[in-house]
Order: sequence, then structure tokens, then C-alpha cells
Amino acid sequence: MSRLAILGLAARVRRQEILRGVDLEVGSGEVHALMGPNGSGKSTLAHVLAGRPGYEVTAGSVTVDGVDLLELPTWRRAQAGLLLTHQYPVEVPGVRLVDLLEAALAARELPAGALDRLGERVAAEAERLGMPAELLARGVNVEFSGGEQKRAETLQLAVLAPAFAVLDEIDSGLDVDALRTVGARIGALVAETGLGVLAITHYARLLSVLRPDRVHVLLAGRVVRSGGPELADEVERIGYERLAAELGVELAVPPPPPERDPFADPGF
Amino acid sequence: MNDGGDGEQARALGGPDWLVARREAAAGRLAEIAWPTPAEEIWRYSRIDELDVGRYRPFTAAELGAPGRDDAPGGGVLAAEAGPRAGLVVVRDGRVVHTELRPDLSAAGALTCDVATCADHRHAERWFGTLADASPDPFTVLHDAWCPGGAFIHVPAGVVVTEPIVVLHWCDGDGRASFPHTLVVLEDGAGATVVERFASPKVDHLADVVVECVVGEGAHLRYLSVQEHGPATWSIALQRAHLGPYARLSSSAVALGGAYARLRTEARLDGPGAESDLLAVYFGDGDQMLDFRTLQDHAAPRTRSDLLFKGAVEDHAASVYSGLVRLRPGAQRAEAGQTNRNLVLTEGAHAESIPNLEIEANDVRCSHASAVGPVDEDQRYYLESRGIPPAEAERLVVLGFFEDVFARLPVPALVGPLRRAVHEKVGHLHRSGSRPPGGARAAAGPAPGATGGGGRG
Repeated sequence: MSRLAILGLAARVRRQEILRGVDLEVGSGEVHALMGPNGSGKSTLAHVLAGRPGYEVTAGSVTVDGVDLLELPTWRRAQAGLLLTHQYPVEVPGVRLVDLLEAALAARELPAGALDRLGERVAAEAERLGMPAELLARGVNVEFSGGEQKRAETLQLAVLAPAFAVLDEIDSGLDVDALRTVGARIGALVAETGLGVLAITHYARLLSVLRPDRVHVLLAGRVVRSGGPELADEVERIGYERLAAELGVELAVPPPPPERDPFADPGF
Repeated sequence: MNDGGDGEQARALGGPDWLVARREAAAGRLAEIAWPTPAEEIWRYSRIDELDVGRYRPFTAAELGAPGRDDAPGGGVLAAEAGPRAGLVVVRDGRVVHTELRPDLSAAGALTCDVATCADHRHAERWFGTLADASPDPFTVLHDAWCPGGAFIHVPAGVVVTEPIVVLHWCDGDGRASFPHTLVVLEDGAGATVVERFASPKVDHLADVVVECVVGEGAHLRYLSVQEHGPATWSIALQRAHLGPYARLSSSAVALGGAYARLRTEARLDGPGAESDLLAVYFGDGDQMLDFRTLQDHAAPRTRSDLLFKGAVEDHAASVYSGLVRLRPGAQRAEAGQTNRNLVLTEGAHAESIPNLEIEANDVRCSHASAVGPVDEDQRYYLESRGIPPAEAERLVVLGFFEDVFARLPVPALVGPLRRAVHEKVGHLHRSGSRPPGGARAAAGPAPGATGGGGRG
């Protein structure tokens, strides 16, 4: 039984404060949905948790079973048990999924034989996720469709088997069938391996295939409401704008001012 | 060495009369040669001003041994790595010391031998030096004055050699110069795969190399050269191919070694419908400089050429890519593509990329692209977010960057060893402790990923 604890997390991107004190706790085998409109800070939270360069934490803590993740570089956070599935997975030409997974597993202290038959395991997982086998011969994400990208993200999650997954809009770009496949696979990981999930999403539709235990609403960098699955239905019904109005809070963090062009005419 | 001599060495190095005469003629021209400087466009960015040609002593005829002396059977590890082979030529300091060819291929009329000794002189005499003469520079003249012979591979019309013919060049001797020469002649409809490996130990050596490939009508030559010279060796090489009608050249180069290694890769498409694909992978580290000058020379209609050169530099290494696509007036309906991409892995390293087009025909298709930049931050982050340590993430990205070229190399058995050789170089990545700045280190080329001019000219 593990515990992911996010306490009072505040963060800036390009000197603009985006997260303003986020509190969330996820236990093993739990599915938490984090919903919010564009600009509420959802993806920022995902990247702050993964330790993306350029994201500056100004307050708060993130721990997995007491281990302070914010002190660790990105790769150590993944090893400590927190894995991010990317909203926009980048193409890495010439590096196949199996190469990536082999490197990721080899970097961990795993028992001997942990890499045995990795190719077969990856192929079996691809089949389960409905990924054409020819995608495994390509560089990861290279010319993958949106649905193929998210299936590939799910495949990596299944093989790397972390304690916690942060799903950054894994439902975006998915058609109904792909959504069902991906949701079912993640649901199985939760049930079978005790994976804890923080599913960041814009819409409630993911939650029809991946039933959440708890739903949180993020507005303007804060969790403004938490509740059971019924909260997702309420959000879907009334919308973020009305919810913000009812709670008397801002809807979204204002967009950052444009970066000053150092080569611009100084005007004097 | 560069004073022209008195013709004595021209005779002493042996071989047929026409070869001696060629040496004598070149020796006579050496005295008047103006040695190049970086002020000349074709030597721009090079380290030619650091080369004192007179410092290197060529091997005497006695040191090289008489032509035809076969004293290096096998070819060792380098030959074994290439997998099953159809033939083998071992060349030491420019002197062919061993040749072999599968008996069934010999029976079919194919030949591997020393230019200086082979019984069938007709094709050697007809072609030797003619391609270099079409693109001379001071180093081809120097080469001609001292070249003791060289590997000759001849495949007669209609004969297809499926397994590779391996040519191994070993260059040794501190303060010495060697002049390896390879001549490949594929007659009409012939096919062959030729793999050359150039290597030397850690010696201050000058290798002045000429490789000539004649590809007859409808013939297909797959060619791979692997340059793994020692870190103090200077290599200055010309690889030139002439293609007849509907001939096909798939040429690739892997360049990893040398203090300064210059390679001119040239393909002249003389016959209509001829096709040429030029590939290269290069990786510079330490203080080395890898210098590539390419020419895709279209002289006939409906010819097609493509070029993909990919390189990486780290530490204080430098690379130069300067390429020209020339579409002559007769090259109507020709198609040409030219792509050069470079990764600059550390702050002290440097890459130049200069693609050029010279279009004299009005109905052609041309495209070119060029990029110089660091490893993509998003790719690095993506891999690190999976739990892959930064050095390993970078290694994966760099190896992946080269993978499309590796996948197209003509000798699959060699891809594994070459991939490992590159992998080892990237393994030294963080020894200098310097990282490139966040932004692109675009030198002459545009930013990473940028693609330049295309369309119909």
C-alpha cells in the first residue's frame, strides 16, 4: 500500500504563478480524476510532478511513501514510482518502444531476468491494446496517430508498472473504441497491480470507462471542490464557468504576458 | 615528398608501364603545385593550414615489398565482422598484400587483384585514374606520384555478386604517408557489394586515398566505406563514381576516426536514368575534424540522386559538410535531394553545414535541407520521464538519430558492430562535463528541423 501526497503545491512557469496550492492524496488501487478547464493548471501539475525543466516549484511538497519527489531529477521520480503519460508524446526517431523500455528497466535495480523476453511482453501488450505490430518496429511515436500514441503511452505504463500514474489527458485524440480499450487496460492495472491513478482530464467521458473513486475540480491553480463520481456528472451538467461563479473563484489563471523580445526596438 | 623527386621512385614502385608513366607524369607536376589554404572555398573551414605535407615520408619500394607478395591471409577480425563474403583484398600502406575470390565468381570472370600485378590489365589500364583526373586536386596529384598500385575489383557484364567483397586497408608508420587506391569496375548489368575499411594505429600518418567506381549500364553497385583511423592520422580521400545509363549506386560512408579526415564523395550521373544514393554517418570527438565535400553531378536526363549525411560532434570536435548538387544543361527531368543534419552535443564542439545548388536545366526537381543543433530537449525529457538516466537518454536519442542511415547500409552484418562503435563514442559524452546551451548552436545552417528551399527550378 503506497501513498502519493501532494501538499500545498505552488509552481511558476516563466515567472507566472500557475499552481497556487494544490492538495491531493492518492492511495494504491485508487482512481482520482482531476478535472478542469483550459488554463486551470492541469498540465502544469502533470509536468511539475514529473520534474520538467522550466517549471519552478515555489511551495509545497510531493511525496511517495514519504520520499520527497521534488528533490529528485525527472528520471529518479519515475524510478520512485510516479510515471507520467504525456498528453503530447514526442517522436523519438530510431528509438523503438522496446529500446525505450529496455533502457528504463535496465536503469532500475531489478532482479536478474527482469528483462527476459521483453520483446514478447511488449508484443503481447501491444496486441492487448490493439496496436498494430508494425508500430513496434518504428521509432516511438513516429507518425503515430493520436490514438496510437495513447495506446503506446498505456503500453509503457503496463510494462513499467509504477506505483502511481499521472495520466495527462490520455483521452484526448482517442475515438470511442480506443478510449474503451485504454480505459479498460488501465482499469485492469488498478485492479490487478494496485496502480494508483491521477487522471487529468477535460471531459467526463474518460470517467465512463475508468470509474473514479474521487473527483477533484481544479480552477485557477487550486483544487476548489472534491467529491465522489457524481461530481464529474455535475461538472458536465453545469460547466466550469457556472461552477466558478457559484464558488466565487476565478476560472483560469490569466495567460502569461508575452516574453519580452530582447532584440525588440527598445523604444528610445 | 612533395618536391616531385627524380622519377626514381616511379620506377622502383613497380607495376605495368602505364602505371609507372602515370607516376612519372604526376611527379613532374608536383613541383609546380600550389598547396591549398583555407582561403580557397573548397578548403574553407578545413584544417589544411595545419598540414605540412613535407613532414611525411612515403614508403620505399623495399619497405612496401614487391607487388604480388601475398603475406597477409585472412583479414582478421575486420574481415570476419562483415559476415559471409565473396572476396577479400588486404592492403597494407597502399600495397595489396592479399587477394581472394570465390572460385565460382572467378570462373564467371570476376576478378579481385592488385592493379600493379593483375593479369587482366585491359580494364585496369582503361579506367585507373580517369575518375580522379576528372576531379583533381593537389592530393590526387600527390597520390598519383606515389601510388604503388591498389585494389582492383572487376565484375564482368551480367555477373551479379551477392555477398560483399571486402577490402581492408591498414595504414601504419609514424611520420609516414601512404597512398591507398581502389578501382571498382562493374560492367553492364553487373552487380556487387564492396565494403572498404580504413584503419590505422595511433600514429601521425597521412593517408592520401583515391577510390574510383565505374558503374556500367544497368549495373548496381552497393558500396560502404568505414573509416576508423587512429586519433593522430590524417586522411584525405576522394571517392568518385561515374554512372552509365540506368546504373545505380548505393554508396555509404561511416567516418569515426582520424585527427583530420576529409572525404570528397562525388557521383557523376553520365547516363540517362542513372540513380545515386549517398549516405553517411559520422561522429567526431576529442579534437578531431571530419570534413565532407559532396558532389551530385547530373549530366544526363531523368537522372535521380539523393543524399543523406548525418553527423554528431562532441568535446572539441568539428565537422564540415559542404555539398553541391549540380544539374547540367542536359539533365532535364532530373531529381535531386540533399539533406545534412548535425547534432552538436557539447559546448566546445562545432558543425558547419553548407548545402549548395547549381541548376542549369529548367525542368528539374530539387530539394535540400540542413540542420545544426543540440539534442532535442523534449525528446530527452520524454525518455527521462520513463526513468531513463540523462546520459542514457542522450545516448538513445543520438543512436536513434543515426538509425535511418544504419538501416539503409548495404551490409547488415556490419550494422551491429558499427552501431556499437558509435555507442561507445557517445558513451564518452559526459567526460568533458560541458553541456551545450539550451538554444540551437546554428552555425551556417538554419535551426534544427528547418528545411530549406525546394520546388521546381
